[in-house]
Amino acid sequence: MPKDQGLISWKKLAPGMFILEPGNSAKFKTGDWRAFRPVLDKEKCIKCGLCYVFCPDFCYTKDEEGYYISNLYYCKGCGICAQNCPKGAITMVLEEA
Amino acid sequence: MEKELAKKISLSINESLKVKKKIGKEVSVAIAEAVAQCKVDVVASYPITPQTHIVEHLADLVNNGELDAEYIPAESEHAAMSACIGAAATGARTFTSTASQGLLLMYENLFIASALRLPIVMVITNRSVSAPISIWNDHSDIMTMRDSGWITIFAENGQEAVDLIYNAYKIAEKALLPVAINIDGFILSHVIEPIEFLDQELVDKYLPPLRMKYKLDPKKPITMGAIGVPEIYTEAKKAQDEALNASYRIIVNAWKEFEKLTGKKYQPIETYQIEDAEVALLIMGSLAETAINAVDLLRKEGKKVGLIRIRLWRPFPLKDFLRAIGKIKALGVVDRAVSHGATGGPVGIEIRSALYQSNKRPRVVNFIAGLSGRDVTVEDFVELFERTYKAINKKPKFSYEIYGVME
Repeated sequence: MPKDQGLISWKKLAPGMFILEPGNSAKFKTGDWRAFRPVLDKEKCIKCGLCYVFCPDFCYTKDEEGYYISNLYYCKGCGICAQNCPKGAITMVLEEA
Repeated sequence: MEKELAKKISLSINESLKVKKKIGKEVSVAIAEAVAQCKVDVVASYPITPQTHIVEHLADLVNNGELDAEYIPAESEHAAMSACIGAAATGARTFTSTASQGLLLMYENLFIASALRLPIVMVITNRSVSAPISIWNDHSDIMTMRDSGWITIFAENGQEAVDLIYNAYKIAEKALLPVAINIDGFILSHVIEPIEFLDQELVDKYLPPLRMKYKLDPKKPITMGAIGVPEIYTEAKKAQDEALNASYRIIVNAWKEFEKLTGKKYQPIETYQIEDAEVALLIMGSLAETAINAVDLLRKEGKKVGLIRIRLWRPFPLKDFLRAIGKIKALGVVDRAVSHGATGGPVGIEIRSALYQSNKRPRVVNFIAGLSGRDVTVEDFVELFERTYKAINKKPKFSYEIYGVME
């Protein structure tokens, strides 16, 4: 028996596949098709926040110490943060299966 | 004595006028008036022959203050259907109309309207598709949207077109699916027919105001048209397919209710002289009325011929069709569009597939006739009947033929 690939029964879908709960896009996991993951070197980081500014998915949030940390639930691994880091503090590391 | 008689006669004339209330109208104008009687909120359209008179008259009605609706003169049919989708999504009763190239320009939006379950009503004045450019009637425009998920209904005359407008809103709003009413371009759209309208009171009774459970409303926001990832697209399509199939009941019930109100009966498959027929033709649209005359003619000669007319094309009424074929030995399917390189015309393909669901299969002969306004006369139908007769004993050489081509 092949694996069931559906997320939800067709009978449970609202007509037109409408989503009845607003603001739900935050639940949508976009971090599962990532090939590379950004890794921050805190030694080099100057907390300038350019990664936060450039991230197209708003993955970065400031932690208590003032470092910007990417949320891997959303990070698609595009590498824009690493490209724009003026200190080369972010490296893209291959995701191992 | 004479005075009394004259009084009686005039009374009875008045009486009959009162009962029938038939008014001579161009069918396009009559359709527009029926749409207005349905109290639409939004009309969005772009003019195209032979549809223009419908929306032109609606524009007049809005302009004259006779219809309280928003008239959107769109910049194209693509925009017209987009506007209808947007309007219907907010819970507005919408109408549009098009034909031929206009329908093709709407194409990508047709699938969105049905998948988003929006009860839009559209009249298509069927016209052939370019090239060669032609404004005349056949079914090559509507057949391109066969798989779009719209409820698709064919009218045979102007009166039916008007009645089907009332029905269309009833059906669309109950099934939450868009409905396309097809009338043959020019042959129906531009003729003047005696039309009987429903009293406004009766329309209001039959068609309560549209109340959509889910709509775009800032007070209760929802998302329409979200992405369907591979894990959910199949389920969304299954749900849509089930909804279209389930609309069959809604359609039949809407027609039954209409019959109770008006005495006029509409069925998914209409037949004529089929009970004892051994050979029948199957057809959709206004040509059926010509074909009926051919049946009468052949019946007088003692030939057992009959006619099957498809009124409801989508969802295809499989059971009604299988019941309708009765005892016939050969069925001539008359298509009004070419499906290039296929095994038949669109209707022919459908009918062969439908018959495969049954053990009782008449031989099918598939003709493509009446392309782009080419006349199909009573004599032509007699000829088609004769060719279908021959198929009882001899399998046709080809799976379909284009009838009436000059060699």
